[in-house]
Amino acid sequence: MKLPIYLDYSATTPVDPRVAQKMLTYLTEQFGNPASRSHAYGWAAERAVEEARGHVAALLNADPREIIWTSGATEGNNLALKGAAHFYRTKGKHIVTVKTEHKAVLDTVRELQRQGFEATYLDPAQNGFIDLEKFRAALRPDTILASVMMVNNEIGVIQPIAEIGELCRSKGIIFHCDAVQAAGKMEIDLQKLKVDLMTVTAHKLYGPKGIGALYIRRKPRVRIEPQIHGGGHERGLRSGTLATHQIAGMGEAFRIARLEMASDNERIRALRDRLWNGIRDIEELYLNGDMERRVPHNLNVSFNFVEGEALIMAIKDVAVSSGSACTSASLEPSYVLRALGRSDQLAHSSIRFTLGKYTTREEIDYTIGLVRREIGRLRELSPLWEMYQEGIDLNTVQWATP
Amino acid sequence: MNTRDEASPPVGYSDKVIDHFENPRNAGSFDRQDEHVGTGMVGAPAYGDVMKLQIRVNREGMIEDARFKTYGCGAAIACCSVLTEWVKGKTLDQAAAFRNTQLAEELKLPPVKMHCSLLAEDALRAAIADYRKKHGMSPPSGQEHTVQPAA
Repeated sequence: MKLPIYLDYSATTPVDPRVAQKMLTYLTEQFGNPASRSHAYGWAAERAVEEARGHVAALLNADPREIIWTSGATEGNNLALKGAAHFYRTKGKHIVTVKTEHKAVLDTVRELQRQGFEATYLDPAQNGFIDLEKFRAALRPDTILASVMMVNNEIGVIQPIAEIGELCRSKGIIFHCDAVQAAGKMEIDLQKLKVDLMTVTAHKLYGPKGIGALYIRRKPRVRIEPQIHGGGHERGLRSGTLATHQIAGMGEAFRIARLEMASDNERIRALRDRLWNGIRDIEELYLNGDMERRVPHNLNVSFNFVEGEALIMAIKDVAVSSGSACTSASLEPSYVLRALGRSDQLAHSSIRFTLGKYTTREEIDYTIGLVRREIGRLRELSPLWEMYQEGIDLNTVQWATP
Repeated sequence: MNTRDEASPPVGYSDKVIDHFENPRNAGSFDRQDEHVGTGMVGAPAYGDVMKLQIRVNREGMIEDARFKTYGCGAAIACCSVLTEWVKGKTLDQAAAFRNTQLAEELKLPPVKMHCSLLAEDALRAAIADYRKKHGMSPPSGQEHTVQPAA
């Protein structure tokens, strides 16, 4: 067993060796520019790009002509939101999104506000879901765009995208969905979902970093304004020489996901449940986000009375994400957990475990043992735990402030 | 068989911080009510650090033992661990002259962790003040100390 154990698959995944193999071909042999129409090198590259486009479309049950390549999810979200807002700006200026969205959405909407658009940021419920009635109530006659992620990156909860899509479609609002954490983890069927724009990326499902795609619906037709201008690639919506090897890698990753995700996810869910069952009886442990409507590979918990950075240090043999921004001088806890109503303290002491297809049972059992041992050790060191054990309500304590 | 990649310590901690974090010295508690014990508790959970430092003082006015508990980052835990070692064998006056820079140097704290050493100094002062208060000694003038939590 290799240490540290990697349990941060929602941050990124290793590239599947089959994907890496596919990519190599387009670096050293089939290195042509897909835009070169005059020779076989270009044609081979273009074939690879179109084959990959087909694989990405297939995983989403979309038409390949609805997929354009981006450099990743941040660009995809920027292009979708700015592109749609700019195109439909004469129709209205209001945008609706949620406080627990990824920064690539939140910061883009902030920028649109700076440009003169107006925005509503909805609060999710304590279990992480957005309330459909609240969402409906936030819509205005001049709302042109809504953006809701399919799966939250921190707590893994699955938003009611189908219902939100119906609502937006009935009101003629363009609906963007960031599906970065959903692709390969659950079924996505764009023939059924009334999503107009969808962002996906390769490196969350065993593809390379630096490549993503944006789905743009054709029926009914959705329009966006390009944000990068140049050679007119991708039907003028995203200029720039296509990174053939990256695209081929993303295509291969999506092809493999379509074939193998069902069995992979079943195995991963069993391991995730094993991890949860191995730690859930720890006293003063809080599960973050709903456990039922959640992707199979995510577990996010807070351990009361231990500090976040110390916790990460203590369990350094597992590579996980923390709700605590421990490298920064200003202690800014996870805004997602704060939006769910968690206290700063619990937000700081949260750990996100995300499993993947290379996670083993041995690794999970090691993790359970390590977490139990270290939580116990840090609590023995914690004056807050001691006070809690003595029955003191910490909220009534008058803390000396620095 | 476990193998380990060469991993650099988090936030640029020195080996000494890591050692005291993983093997803290003098962790634990004395009876708060014991007349030979002075207790200092400083910080607040919302700020991410709470330190409890206790000293046991003998009849000659010498600190013969110390204990701590810390809710906080690795540096905060290491600061208290090192300070409880240092303080043993010191008189109350010697202990009261302690300065946080000593901890910062010894542990090679990165700038963002300086506040941990300051808080540890506060905890020691509060413990000394508590002991002096128990024994009807007023703290030497000009010495600020942090107020005890009312718990």
